[in-house]
Amino acid sequence: MADNQQTAKAEMTGGEILLRSLVAEGVKTVFGYPGGAIMPVYDKIYDFKDQIRHILVRHEQGAVHAAQGFARVSGQTGVAIVTSGPGATNAITGIADAMLDSTPLVVISGQVGASLLGTDAFQETDVLGMTLPITKWSYQIRRAEDVAWAVARAFYIAHTGRPGPVVLDFAKNAQVGKATFNYKPVRFIRSYLPMPDLDDDKLRRAAALLNNAKRPLVVYGQGIILSRAEAELAAFIDKAGIPAASTLLGLSALPSDNPHYKGMLGMHGNIGPNIKTNECDVMIAVGMRFDDRVTGPVETYARQAKIIHIDIDKAEIGKIVPVEIGIHADARQALARLTELVNPARHDAWEAEFDKCNKDEIELVSKGETNPETGHITMGEVISTVAREAKSEAIVVTDVGQNQMMSARYSTFAKTRSVVTSGGLGTMGFGLPAAVGAKIACPKRQVCFFTGDGGLQMTEQELGTIMQEGAGVKIILLNNNWLGNVRQWQELFFGARYSFTRLVNPDFMKLAEAYGIAHRRVEKREDLGEAVRDMLKNVDEPYLLEVHVEEMDNVFPMIPPGKGVSEIMLNEKDWYKA
Amino acid sequence: MEQERLYTVTVYTENEVGILNQISIIFTRRNLNIWSLTVSSSALEGVHKFTIACRTTQRLIEAVVKAIEKRIDVLKAFYYTDDEIIYQEVALYKVQTDNILESPDFEALIRRHNAQVLEINRTYTVIQKTGHCDDTQRLYEDLSSYGVLQFVRSGRVAITKSTAERVSRFLEMQEVRERKALSGGAEMK
Ligand SMILES: Cc1ncc(C[n+]2csc(CCOP(=O)(O)OP(=O)(O)O)c2C)c(N)n1
Repeated sequence: MADNQQTAKAEMTGGEILLRSLVAEGVKTVFGYPGGAIMPVYDKIYDFKDQIRHILVRHEQGAVHAAQGFARVSGQTGVAIVTSGPGATNAITGIADAMLDSTPLVVISGQVGASLLGTDAFQETDVLGMTLPITKWSYQIRRAEDVAWAVARAFYIAHTGRPGPVVLDFAKNAQVGKATFNYKPVRFIRSYLPMPDLDDDKLRRAAALLNNAKRPLVVYGQGIILSRAEAELAAFIDKAGIPAASTLLGLSALPSDNPHYKGMLGMHGNIGPNIKTNECDVMIAVGMRFDDRVTGPVETYARQAKIIHIDIDKAEIGKIVPVEIGIHADARQALARLTELVNPARHDAWEAEFDKCNKDEIELVSKGETNPETGHITMGEVISTVAREAKSEAIVVTDVGQNQMMSARYSTFAKTRSVVTSGGLGTMGFGLPAAVGAKIACPKRQVCFFTGDGGLQMTEQELGTIMQEGAGVKIILLNNNWLGNVRQWQELFFGARYSFTRLVNPDFMKLAEAYGIAHRRVEKREDLGEAVRDMLKNVDEPYLLEVHVEEMDNVFPMIPPGKGVSEIMLNEKDWYKA
Repeated sequence: MEQERLYTVTVYTENEVGILNQISIIFTRRNLNIWSLTVSSSALEGVHKFTIACRTTQRLIEAVVKAIEKRIDVLKAFYYTDDEIIYQEVALYKVQTDNILESPDFEALIRRHNAQVLEINRTYTVIQKTGHCDDTQRLYEDLSSYGVLQFVRSGRVAITKSTAERVSRFLEMQEVRERKALSGGAEMK
């Protein structure tokens, strides 16, 4: 203790203050990549090895995606450390992704010394200028005295309110300059209101609307997970007897077998939630932002419904769809109060309509995907096999494309925080590093990463990180030898002109072998189950399972771009009729 | 198509580097042209005030104001139509002194426009006028026969018709919140 007080008063470098501040914030894991302008910090990381685990990635984009994966499954703020110039620009895709998907991150980038700023010094880039539109907050630390303050503020901003990425641009002179360590966590910022007061009047009005509704519908997003409102949501729909549908990022907030859970919204979502969007009389949207992949053209979206929108971000309310009641609130608080205010109710006939849609969907679409009897293996078959063998307990990480939509459609979830996917930015290459981050956050859980052959090759260098860290990620490569998602659009909307979507691929088995990762290739249906079981046998072991899937498969149902949510394609030529 | 009109946005911020940039990209992203911009201190110590005039629709200006307010260093942002505020701009005009000395109507013109002569010397004369854009523009046109050497008009400054800065109420509420947050109460998530 006396020793601690001693060190608290002693002068130390800004780099050391950074590390001590991270420890004070409870950070135990950081993802990063060194370089000239961040070397003083790395020199201190070396001293803090027993308190902070540093994961050396293979590319700064991977550092940020890994921090995202870590944050999404753990609920903690992810931390990435990169150097100036190219290190920072490489990180940008991840920062933008985190911004659109509200992921709490603190990204620390090295910067040239303050005296060199603005001189086009070696590896100087205007990081603040470049990241301004894609950060919740950013700050340039130019003096060692400001380090603790800036870090405390960064963490507070990143994880409160609607979470998001924060960038700290850390000038080299501030890393080596000295100051005393005086760390105070931030609990309040005058110009920032992360937790709005509950407006009871509005909640009462919302309850009255719901109490009189005949065909109410809950649509929810990641806001449920971010505000830890899973139990409150379940209690609310249980008491009010309301069917509920999730956005892509909301998946796993309710377990797949919740009786009121009706599936996913959006372009490749389930038929019931989409069709019923345009038939409900009251819609209550919680922690979701009416993304255009959910709504289609807004003029055609839920025009008949009175809409209640609960969101912690005031700017989201009324941004896309006009609302009857906009409630600027934390989802958890609002749902807890709303549950008190609503009458116990059931809407059995209305819920049965969803179940009818679901039956149709299984019959007309899903069955052929998950249980084909002939032909090549399908993506849906692989994904549902993994879900079954992992007993819905796995964390599902996806890349972007057909593999992502199929994973969202055919995975099942028993626990919250079990989906890590790039929603808003749709970043190919997100998945592999994000899976590494997720596995490092939750080593005891299975982390199953579904990817396409295109997306895997965007960040495949992170296989090196998996090798070095021994991160037991299960990579399930759904290889169709195409940029499948784009090929699908070319087939459906561009006259089957397959412009530059065919991939000539490497031997992925050799790739896995080069990285010392257990691997297996499956081409025949009868081998699939056994291969999946083999892959899952040891939760600690990294594994690459390559499955050759049907090359020309498309993801259905599909609401084509430009169409409203009730216009659903079941296959290349048929449309859904209720 | 929703009707466009001129809105005046006032933004109250902390005194931090780079806020102008944070605000301006919000307009740029929506392809909105800032018609005029003024940055100044406000009646509250340490609080900066941006006054931005922009022609657009009600729906867009509302979205813009919410997006501005979302920035961490921004305390509050509001938007107004012209009837809700008292606003002024100031314009300066430079004309050749010879030209006005020869004119018998010049003084009457200045008086009629309620303008002021700031400086007069042998070569040039500087005139100042405050008013709305139309007024300063009219003077510019009337002066053009004398040959205007230089002309500049400031951004709009505006004051609301209500008594106090609306931001003070927000700051009072924030003080209560601050006490609650720091008295170890439930951490604000
Ligand atoms: C970085 C990036 N570049 C391009 C795209 C556009 N894009 C979306 S899906 C897709 C094809 C993905 O192909 P693959 O990874 O093989 O997965 P599949 O769709 O076949 O499952 C492309 C090119 C993107 N989303 N991200």
